[in-house]
Amino acid sequence: MVTKPDNLGAWFFVLPVVLLVAFNALVPLMTVVNYAFQETFGNNLFFWHGVGWFEDILRSERFHAALGRQLLFTGIILAIQIPLGVIIALTMPKKGVWVSVCLVLMALPLLIPWNVVGSMWNIFALPDIGMLGYTLNWLGFNYNMTQQPLSAWMTLIAMDVWHWTSLVALLAYAGLTSIPDAYYQAAKIDGARPWAIFRHIQLPKMKRVLTIAILLRFMDSFMVYTEPLILTGGGPGNSTTLLSIDLVKIALGQFDLGPAAAMSLIYFLITLLVSWLFYTVMTRHDNA
Amino acid sequence: MARITLDHIRHSYMPNPQGPEDYALKHLDLEWQDGGAYALLGPSGCGKSTLLNIISGLVAPSEGRILFDDADVTHLPPDQRNIAQVFQFPVIYDTMSVYDNLAFPLRNRGVDAGHVDARVREIAEMLEMSDMLGARASGLPSDSKQKLSMGRGLVRDDVNVIMFDEPLTVIDPHLKWKLRSKLKELHYRVRATMIYVTHDQTEALTFADQVVVMQEGEVVQIGTPIELFEAPAHTFVGHFIGSPGMNVLPCEVRDGGAFFNGVRVDAKGAAHAPSGADRLEIGVRPEFISFAEAGVPVEVTRVVDAGRYRVAEARAGDARINVLAREGQAIPEGVAHLAFDPEKTGVYADGWLVREG
Repeated sequence: MVTKPDNLGAWFFVLPVVLLVAFNALVPLMTVVNYAFQETFGNNLFFWHGVGWFEDILRSERFHAALGRQLLFTGIILAIQIPLGVIIALTMPKKGVWVSVCLVLMALPLLIPWNVVGSMWNIFALPDIGMLGYTLNWLGFNYNMTQQPLSAWMTLIAMDVWHWTSLVALLAYAGLTSIPDAYYQAAKIDGARPWAIFRHIQLPKMKRVLTIAILLRFMDSFMVYTEPLILTGGGPGNSTTLLSIDLVKIALGQFDLGPAAAMSLIYFLITLLVSWLFYTVMTRHDNA
Repeated sequence: MARITLDHIRHSYMPNPQGPEDYALKHLDLEWQDGGAYALLGPSGCGKSTLLNIISGLVAPSEGRILFDDADVTHLPPDQRNIAQVFQFPVIYDTMSVYDNLAFPLRNRGVDAGHVDARVREIAEMLEMSDMLGARASGLPSDSKQKLSMGRGLVRDDVNVIMFDEPLTVIDPHLKWKLRSKLKELHYRVRATMIYVTHDQTEALTFADQVVVMQEGEVVQIGTPIELFEAPAHTFVGHFIGSPGMNVLPCEVRDGGAFFNGVRVDAKGAAHAPSGADRLEIGVRPEFISFAEAGVPVEVTRVVDAGRYRVAEARAGDARINVLAREGQAIPEGVAHLAFDPEKTGVYADGWLVREG
């Protein structure tokens, strides 16, 4: 083992990054922590409130409902996007000019700003003038996403699937194309059927990229804000009010800083915990 | 188990091959005897992997037929040919245990569980892997992984031929000899036909009873390791096998004798050299040259010590000649004379050995 003498000068060069991280992450986070444990009646006067806000939030039916909706939304879009992305990746061509065509087409939805996606789908789904809304009603379906919770949910999920399945497909495709031909040849010689090839070669080889895909999609969908806000604004009623939308309502609509701060921290911890658990479970067999 | 016949095989990866240079395999007529240990030796790009893939059914030849015994299998897919193949990189099913990996080819063929279990244990015993049957295959070291991929070929009792495509490429040098002797032992035990593709002469010569040397899509010689060494059919074989390779020296043939730099050299086949050849050469291995009182005059320029023998580099005109001297043999300095062993010196016309009679 070679030990190098400490170079104190090195710390000087790291300082700008430390400051940057402190101002854009640590200080705001600490402010939130600060709010979460105090009560204020204005005039910048704060009183210690202990874990009171946390107890309130954890007991609040409104929070339970928003968390339930959030879990339902994330669960549904994961259940659709992951298998669908894998299927798309499996059917994409492996070589030739069509590879580029497919890749560009797949990447397009990912390049559109989130608020634009929300606006597009909002107009698309309007029952009187939107292409989707109008067509569905013309076909005889009773569809109105501004009044029916079910319609709103279906539109919300369709929008997220349209926007993000490409990401899963591209990641899965990258995983698939990195499998050497020898694996397929060996499987052919071993007499493996297509399902066995998928189950024992393709799926295991895609495991790492799919872990990343699921993590990204979990985090993004769990914190999604812009698109549902623009599409439905959380309505009709509270039917599509996801956690982030509810949080903004409490913090900026009602200006209840304490509960909002406590809720932010709980929200953050849930995201962190689920991500950590999932990643640990998925990588427990990987040897370094 | 079967005899494998390659009947006028040609293969090109291009849709419309024009000249012979468009063919990865120019013309092959070969027969592999049942139970033989063969090596397919040649430099990278000589078509040996193509040939292997044609036998296994991963590639369909552009022309010609493949027969297993008397059955034409040219257009059968790999899983119906009853062959096994071991690839350069160990191919294992990561998520399965060692046991399940070995059982996989049998289970896919609907073999009943009792027989699967018996076969898996028997093969694991042969491979010395019985104690790791329950382990996850992904955690094994690379030589065990490669043994496991061999095992998946051995486990089936209907296998006609097991093919190895440079299987030791990723194995650490100190484990190579272990796996190689294991392979040789397995061949004795299972007596299946084995074809071993490699560009490494040591691997080929130690494994095989018969070595097939290929160059640019053609077979240049088939023979035992001794035959390849003592009578290379082509100057390429002479160069490729042996270290240092055979000396190839330009010569003239007149009055039924070969002349190198004006000195008459006794060489087999000199009397039968075709008069129309563009290029006449004599080939003699460094092992069959000795320093003598009279003979080919040369100047010794350098001596390389290779441990148990020394290699003297000598110059005669533009030509360079390697001479191998065993321990204790003296190497003269400066000007010297070389004698070629007439039994081991051959004449090559346009690269090919001139046979006597």
